[in-house]
Amino acid sequence: MTRAFADLHLRVNPKDQKATRELINRAANFGYSLISIPFTSGMHEDDLSKLKSICAEASVDFVSRADFHPRSENDLTHFLRKFRRRFEVICISCDNKEVARQAAKDRRVDLLSFPSLDYHKRFFDRAEAELASGSLTALEVDVKPLLVLEGPPRVRIIMSLRREIKIAREFKVPIVISSGVGEQRFMRFPRDMASLAYLFGLDEVSALDAVSTNPEAIVKRNREKLSSRFVAPGISIVKEGKVL
Amino acid sequence: MKRVKRRYLALQLDCETLPTEREFIDAVWASVTKLYGEVGASLTGLTLIGLDIERKIAVIRVALVALNTVKASLAAVTSLANRAASVHVLAVSGTLKALYSNLK
Repeated sequence: MTRAFADLHLRVNPKDQKATRELINRAANFGYSLISIPFTSGMHEDDLSKLKSICAEASVDFVSRADFHPRSENDLTHFLRKFRRRFEVICISCDNKEVARQAAKDRRVDLLSFPSLDYHKRFFDRAEAELASGSLTALEVDVKPLLVLEGPPRVRIIMSLRREIKIAREFKVPIVISSGVGEQRFMRFPRDMASLAYLFGLDEVSALDAVSTNPEAIVKRNREKLSSRFVAPGISIVKEGKVL
Repeated sequence: MKRVKRRYLALQLDCETLPTEREFIDAVWASVTKLYGEVGASLTGLTLIGLDIERKIAVIRVALVALNTVKASLAAVTSLANRAASVHVLAVSGTLKALYSNLK
């Protein structure tokens, strides 16, 4: 069976339609079948529908995604209450430990992201992984820093990623590899993206799962939950009967 | 003596200007050396077999034990001859004959 590849983190400004169209077409040519561009505060519902139509023209499945950088637990829960049912994927960028722990244990969060290059601000440790594995939250790794950084900063990020990936695998936390790029020159074939995962200790099969099976499973699960027929995990409305 | 197993890789160059063979292989060597150091690079057995300038396709040979190392390094290439570029792996094969038939 051929794999369906996904890049859930393309960073492009949808207001720049030409660049967006080029990036989406390129992703389609590279063999991605699922792509996502995060919804930001400056975007409107119109932008989202435009993105969907551009993706439909390129024969790529568009996944709606919202990224959030909460400052506190309350901030996070408020965001989730407001946006969970509007987006197919929710990613939380964790800048402090309090938020990281809350995001890991909240089942409404799909992806945990640790954007900081500073070792002390990356909170994916064993406690975090244990919470995340219980709530099916995945760890998202962007490959962009591996492409744009050089020298000691790249060494440090590879070191941090290797440690985090080891912990994630130990606790069976799903790993999702995304590009995190906004420029065409940094886009890579899905298998090349998986090859980059070798740098931080993922074997070939796990790396390919991280760009195909794992993101696909998240999207499938959430689409099911967001459908009107969903009742509870494992229960959905098949047919509605008449009340006697 | 045990025979060294090798793999042939067909690569698609994604760049606006065309690099020479020397510029291309130097960029690959630089990427491998940056990521794995000189000792790591020396274990790859990296050799340029050919570069089709018109189709922007290069064929290289590497030692099987260093295949993942080289693939990661190729994905990390961001410039060729000081111009923005990327290198994508099109196919991997154990023989040149099979590699060329895969490319057709």
